[in-house]
Amino acid sequence: MKVSDLSIGQALPSREHTATNVSLFCYNAAVWNPHRIHYDEAYTTEVEKHPGIVIDGPLQGDWLSQVALNWVGDFGMLTEFSYANRQAAYLGEKLTSGGTITAIDTETGIIELELFILNEQNEVITPGNGVVALSS
Amino acid sequence: MSILNESHKEWIGKEEAPTTIEISRRDIQKYAAATEQQQTKYLLGDEAPPMFIFNLFSDISELHTMRPDGLARGTAPGPSLPLKRVMAGGTEIRQHKPISPGQTLTGTRKITDLYEKEGRTGPLIFTVRSLVVTDETGELVLEEIQTGIAR
Repeated sequence: MKVSDLSIGQALPSREHTATNVSLFCYNAAVWNPHRIHYDEAYTTEVEKHPGIVIDGPLQGDWLSQVALNWVGDFGMLTEFSYANRQAAYLGEKLTSGGTITAIDTETGIIELELFILNEQNEVITPGNGVVALSS
Repeated sequence: MSILNESHKEWIGKEEAPTTIEISRRDIQKYAAATEQQQTKYLLGDEAPPMFIFNLFSDISELHTMRPDGLARGTAPGPSLPLKRVMAGGTEIRQHKPISPGQTLTGTRKITDLYEKEGRTGPLIFTVRSLVVTDETGELVLEEIQTGIAR
C-alpha cells in the first residue's frame, strides 16, 4: 500500500455481520461479561424491556476497528480509534461495517478514517473514527 | 432534580490500585474467534486485536457476587448508582505498541467523569473511565477511555 495510491473519500471494504446466539455466547465468555441481556431472551425482554437479545456495543466496536485493521493489514498500524454506541442492535439484525478515508498526510503517512456500523435501515448506529500510521 | 449526589461525584479522579495480568495466547485466540477476526496473526494468537483490551482488567467475579442481571455486585470500582440497567456507550483507544502473548501488562483505571442527562425514556447516568496500560518495562502500551450508560 502506497500513500500516493490513496484518495480522500475512498471507501474501505465493507463487511456484513450477523450475530447468533452462539457467537454472542462465545464473545461474552471471552470477555467475561455475564450480563443476561446478551443471552437470556425472556429476562432481556420482560425485565430490561429490550425488544430482543442485545448485540454487545463493544463487539460492534471490534467489528468497526476491523474495517481499519483488515484494510491496513501489515502495511501499518491502527494507532487510534473511537466509536459511540448511539443505537442498540438486536439478535437477528444484519449489520454492516465500513469506512472511508477522510484525510491523508503524505509526509507522515498518517491516514484518518471515518468508520461506521449500519443497521438494515441503513442508519449509522455506531459511528467512529480511526487513525492509521502507514509503515515507512 | 439531580439523581447524582456529592458521594457519587467524589469518585471522579480516584485512581484504583493497578492490576497486573499475563497475556495468554489461548485467550487471544478465543477472543479472535468470537469476534470473527480475519487476520492470521490474531487467529493464531500471535498478536491481540486492540479491542481485546475490553474488560481485560476487570475483576473476575465469583458467581455468588453476581446480581440477578448477571453483573457483579459491588466489585467494580465506582459508586453504587441509583440507576441499575447498564449498557456500553463507546470507547476511545490509543495504541502505542502491539499486545503479544507472554507479556505481563499493568492496567490502572480511574473514573474521569460522572454526569447525567435526560434521555428519551428517562434519566441516564454516564460513567467515563480511563485505563492506562503499561508493559514490564513501564512503557505505555495502550490508553482507553470507556463510557458506560446506566438507565
